[in-house]
Amino acid sequence: MIYLDNSATTKPYKEVLDTFVTVSEKYFANPSSLHAKGGEAEHLLTQARKSIAQLLEVAPTEIVFTSGGTEGNNIAIKGIAIQHQNRGKHLITTSVEHASSYESFQFLERQGFEISFLKVNEKGIVSLEELKKAIRPDTILVSMLHVNNETGAVQPIKGIGEILKHHPKIFFHVDDVQGVGKVPLSLRDFGIDLCTVSAHKIHGLKGTGALYVRSGVSLSALFTGGEQEYRKRAGTENVAGIASMAKALRLTLEQSTINKDKMLRVKEIFLKGLDNIGGIDINTPLDCSAPHIINFSVNGMKPEVLIHALDKQGIYVSTRSACSSKQGGASRILLEMGLGEKRASTAIRISTSYQNSEEEAKKTLKVLEEELINFKGIMR
Amino acid sequence: MLYDHLVVRYGELSLKGKNRRHFESQLFETVKRKLRPYDNLKMAKLFDRIVVELNGQPFEPVIKSLQDIFGIHSISPALRTENNLEEIKKTALLALQDAMVKRGTFKVTGKRSLKSFPVNSMQLNHEIGGYLLQHTEDITVDVHNPDVNVKVEVKDTGTYISCQSFAGAGGLPIGVGGKAMLMLSGGIDSPVAGYLTMKRGVRIEGVHFHSPPFTSERAKQKVVDLTQELTRYSGGKIKLHVVPFTQIQQAIKDKIPASYSMTIMRRVMLKITERLAEENNAMAIANGENLGQVASQTMHSMYAINEVTNLPILRPVITMDKLEIMDISQRIGTYDISIRPYEDCCTIFLPSAPKTKPKREKAIRFEKKIENLAELIEEAVQSVESIFIEEGKSTENTFEDLF
Repeated sequence: MIYLDNSATTKPYKEVLDTFVTVSEKYFANPSSLHAKGGEAEHLLTQARKSIAQLLEVAPTEIVFTSGGTEGNNIAIKGIAIQHQNRGKHLITTSVEHASSYESFQFLERQGFEISFLKVNEKGIVSLEELKKAIRPDTILVSMLHVNNETGAVQPIKGIGEILKHHPKIFFHVDDVQGVGKVPLSLRDFGIDLCTVSAHKIHGLKGTGALYVRSGVSLSALFTGGEQEYRKRAGTENVAGIASMAKALRLTLEQSTINKDKMLRVKEIFLKGLDNIGGIDINTPLDCSAPHIINFSVNGMKPEVLIHALDKQGIYVSTRSACSSKQGGASRILLEMGLGEKRASTAIRISTSYQNSEEEAKKTLKVLEEELINFKGIMR
Repeated sequence: MLYDHLVVRYGELSLKGKNRRHFESQLFETVKRKLRPYDNLKMAKLFDRIVVELNGQPFEPVIKSLQDIFGIHSISPALRTENNLEEIKKTALLALQDAMVKRGTFKVTGKRSLKSFPVNSMQLNHEIGGYLLQHTEDITVDVHNPDVNVKVEVKDTGTYISCQSFAGAGGLPIGVGGKAMLMLSGGIDSPVAGYLTMKRGVRIEGVHFHSPPFTSERAKQKVVDLTQELTRYSGGKIKLHVVPFTQIQQAIKDKIPASYSMTIMRRVMLKITERLAEENNAMAIANGENLGQVASQTMHSMYAINEVTNLPILRPVITMDKLEIMDISQRIGTYDISIRPYEDCCTIFLPSAPKTKPKREKAIRFEKKIENLAELIEEAVQSVESIFIEEGKSTENTFEDLF
């Protein structure tokens, strides 16, 4: 099996599963219970929080555990909008967000908020000038992806943070679900107020994630009903999931120092190989993208057909964001980049992990080339 | 990675004449211990500073660690060269270019401790300043308010050049000021009091009163965690004495009028702490008392309570506003632990209306109602649980294998 859909989800590390099982068996009590078992679970939770905070270089009190990226984005965007609407009802985001952000903004639009969706250039990158122009006295939030989940394009978060330092009342939310462990982000230095991460993109388990909420930032909770997570997210804590996320994050960050170069080499092999095959357009911007995502369009080829053909050979890639891949049709992101209907509806996404090898890349390219030759006669 | 050394400068130390050698070696030991977790650092004690050889280690985290240590005035990342004017000039240029990206002003502060070096301090400033001006653009000299101060220190072990300086924690090195017993409740004030006591070079041992089942295991863990946090400033270790207090609290509840129960409880705590001070060779007691904040902390109350001991009581936060204390507590990392919502022994039997102006005579009279008080105290002292807490070495289960 060659698994190349790591932006959709990753295979959990064995160690992560071990942690989950051990914690579920030994520390199953409710951390809010007063008895000793509850105390033990609470203590474990505190330690996991500390460990994750340390890895993200923030304070433990700034970590709110969630069920994953979608929830993190929802809490950040809706929570800030609702809490601070008296100060202004204008929000800024981009036109290339993940569905969980994009649809949160659409929801807020229906509730009477005004949203500026910043346009992107052909690389999928927003312009700092456009952002400056979009800021108004009643703007309360700027929210965007760090690494685009379809193309791997990396937004200039540092530059945006610099601009927003001149607007201390505007909150800055970054969706780092795709970036964490791949593209470094300094939450403190870049002036980020909120940041979403998810465990299952870094070999953790589904249903676990975290939202960084800078100390001093207040937001309205979406879930109410308990004092958990500093009253920002009620509900019995998923202690085993959280502990396993701490493990996943640590292992991933370790991998990112050990295997960073390998990941870049794999990307390089893909880019060169795809270029050699011909009839393929690379949609990932070469000079400003994450090391693990390669998005390309095969001229005149329905992507579903190619995916199923690769399936048969044990190679797993995807069309685009798993969250919108079943809708069919053209990719919203690629359309926004101005790549045209044709290219936007024939896109394939390869997303690697630190485990993928150069050999796997070469094999994938070989199979892809053979399949394309097979199809040439049929599809034309 | 430009910088290869750190220059650590002492604070008030240089003033302390005779004791100086003792102070310096205490500080050096503390620094050595603090930096133990870093691989391959090398430390050397020079005449009036400590030089740390970084050997490839990034300087930021090392400086952050050193900023916990009392007795340090400032820390600078530095470049070392041989004592050779040409080398010094070239290195100064490197350091200046690193510190100043495009334009700005600078000055050179040369200091020649090695008198055999042929160029004196004044000439150093002149020579290096001239060289830097020649080899840069858009950079000018401003001797009064420079953006960058290029410090050049010529010593017998080499020349150290630095452009940035980070403030140290100030104070005196831990261990030069004797030892005090710190009464640790788990609140916000007492850890801050401990921190400030240590700032004057005083070692502390913690004393915590634990009343199971009225106070929970979590309340005790909270105090352990607080102590753990304080080890960052204590030279790496603190002993925490946990006093079993249930029997005494019950006796107080049974025999003492509610309005005086708190006064008596505090008197007993102080007596026990005095006994522990004796056993552990401490010469003072430190606590987080703060004038006029709550009932036990009015001047009347202190007058009625303090009487039981002749030991000096250090109250570093006595005059501070709550907000000032909270600021320090946040800075030293104890605040988030202190606000964990578990009851401690000071709050469980709290009467609805404690006397804010207790009378000393009455307190003495009521206290006599507990006939076996001396035995209870002795028993408590004998069954104290003493926990050694070390920096970076958690006594508790950190579940590390799980993460």
